[in-house]
Amino acid sequence: MKKTIEGSEAMAETVQNCNPDVVACFPITPSTHIAEDLDHIYSNGGIRDFIPVESELSAISALIGASATGGRSFSTTSSQGLALMHEALFNAAGMRLSPVMVVANRALSAPLNIWNDHQDSVSERDSGWLQLFCETNQEACDAIPQAFKIAESIAIPVMVCVDGFYLTHAVEQVDVPDKELIAKYLPKFSPKVKLDSQNPITMGAYAFPSDYQDFRKDLFDDLNNSKADIMRAHDEWAKLTGRKYGNGLFEGYRLEDAEFVFLGMGSVMGNAKEAVDRMRAKGEKVGALKLRSFRPFPGEELAKAIAGKKVAVFEKAISLGGDAPIYTELTTAALEFHPNVVISSFIGGLGGKDVTVEVVVQVLQKIKGQEPLKEWV
Amino acid sequence: MVEELFVSGHRACAGCGIATSFREVMKAVGKDVIVVNATGCSEIVSSPYPQSAWKVPYIHSLFENVPAVASGVSHALRSMGNDHTQVVCIAGDGATYDIGFGALSGMLERNDDVIYVCYDNEAYMNTGIQRSSATPWKAATTTSQVGSAVKGKPQGKKPILEIAAAHKIPYAASTSVGYPFDVAKKLKKAMGIKGARFILLFASCPTGWGLDTAKSIQATKLIVETGIWKMAEYENGKMTGVFKPGKRKPVEEYIKLQSRFKHLTPEDIAAIQKEVDASWTGLE
Repeated sequence: MKKTIEGSEAMAETVQNCNPDVVACFPITPSTHIAEDLDHIYSNGGIRDFIPVESELSAISALIGASATGGRSFSTTSSQGLALMHEALFNAAGMRLSPVMVVANRALSAPLNIWNDHQDSVSERDSGWLQLFCETNQEACDAIPQAFKIAESIAIPVMVCVDGFYLTHAVEQVDVPDKELIAKYLPKFSPKVKLDSQNPITMGAYAFPSDYQDFRKDLFDDLNNSKADIMRAHDEWAKLTGRKYGNGLFEGYRLEDAEFVFLGMGSVMGNAKEAVDRMRAKGEKVGALKLRSFRPFPGEELAKAIAGKKVAVFEKAISLGGDAPIYTELTTAALEFHPNVVISSFIGGLGGKDVTVEVVVQVLQKIKGQEPLKEWV
Repeated sequence: MVEELFVSGHRACAGCGIATSFREVMKAVGKDVIVVNATGCSEIVSSPYPQSAWKVPYIHSLFENVPAVASGVSHALRSMGNDHTQVVCIAGDGATYDIGFGALSGMLERNDDVIYVCYDNEAYMNTGIQRSSATPWKAATTTSQVGSAVKGKPQGKKPILEIAAAHKIPYAASTSVGYPFDVAKKLKKAMGIKGARFILLFASCPTGWGLDTAKSIQATKLIVETGIWKMAEYENGKMTGVFKPGKRKPVEEYIKLQSRFKHLTPEDIAAIQKEVDASWTGLE
């Protein structure tokens, strides 16, 4: 049912409707209302369990325990909290567990800053979690049931990444997926192995050099192959709801005949689409490309989609001492699959710096030259 | 005969007190259990892929997060309708007193339905005998060495049992591997109580202490007989019992067994004796 609702509350209700067994949250500063809303739901009997843990490290650790026991498990965090989870993120993925988290993306300290950018999730790109970035609160609510479905079917945890404030605190119309709809879509979580006193197994054994790399390669391969699982989960949801976001990995906007493309992730793509419309109205052949799946990175598919075009990769995250992460990966993919593209790197929107429609227009104007650019906006 | 649930073939050192203690603990707890183990000696000796010494469900995640993993296991069980399986943490003193201290306090404060067993062998043994906040005063470790300027650990031992009990959890108790019936009695008692339960289990480490392996169990008895280690019980934050060893033996009998204390002067030993004597005021 469509209603006017704050993003955080809409996401909390969606999580409730996914029928989680265990929710564990620590409401660090910066925080969103998702944890509070879930506790409100718990306090009124809407979910069975809520662990008010004493840190984010304990939140993710509780999810590790719950997921290993066969429980559908959820947490939510931001910036510093995600960074505090770092060690356990690798552990959850390495143990092939299935928790889901909503990460309200925010800047990392120092300087302290509570506003949006993508440095927190992007810095965890090697942790073994899938990362799905969302443009709108509707997309976020649609991604949550998909995240549970993917995580629980392939035993790889999933982060649903939403822009702090721009989405979490925005009040807008959202069709919050209800229990009946999600029940039709999301099967019961039944992991192949779990902690069960009737059937004892050992989880989390340590591996010698003779075995360790094989475990890592299994996870590496399964993560790369998860593109098909993401697309399938997205398509099945689209069939039920009529809502789809490109192919589930990325979404082109007026892309096909575009010569100049703005590529980015998250809520900035709303302004990007508006900028494209304004420039198209003046006859300019521009388009936008929203990356939804940052992990796995759909390099080959993206390279095909941008073949022959000039692309501005706009990122709200940096790699200190190197080039920006998506730019680097897209450049590598283009070199491998479709070298006839010109890719420029733009960094902006860090710590909540405004990225207006005009900024997007400027970026698209800048890439019309022959040489690729690397700029901060 | 009670079935062994922590079985032979593990890689613990000769005379390892913790291996013996796990047999004692698991025999008391039985099969309807999920063991949550912190990184450390216990994990390293018992679960090298593809082997395992555990005949019960077992999970090892990280070093510092075992109380929170156990909270998650316990909450998942109860949330899915299982109200009988016990969740038992097994963690060393490093994981408990030091790196997992915050997570432990959180789990105790929430009164999650978990039995937390800390095996205390008074240092980080697995990684090469480094001092922890459980290492006793003056003991030599590889990070509290005996040199010309500093002689062993300058600080005393953190009172973890009292700290755990101060959370007003329903049950907190200490015991020693040298007293298997006491270990079993306290585990059984803990199992009959809901909520957070904390058992501090003194366990010997011949490798880390410079102790004759044949005297491993003797040391875990002597520390009780000298009164250095109290086998106590706390319920809801109040001490409800303490094992009285009778006429206490001199602390020197325990100290002289171990090379980690070989640099102690007669004055040091007298100071330890004085502190132990004072600690029994009102209890005997």
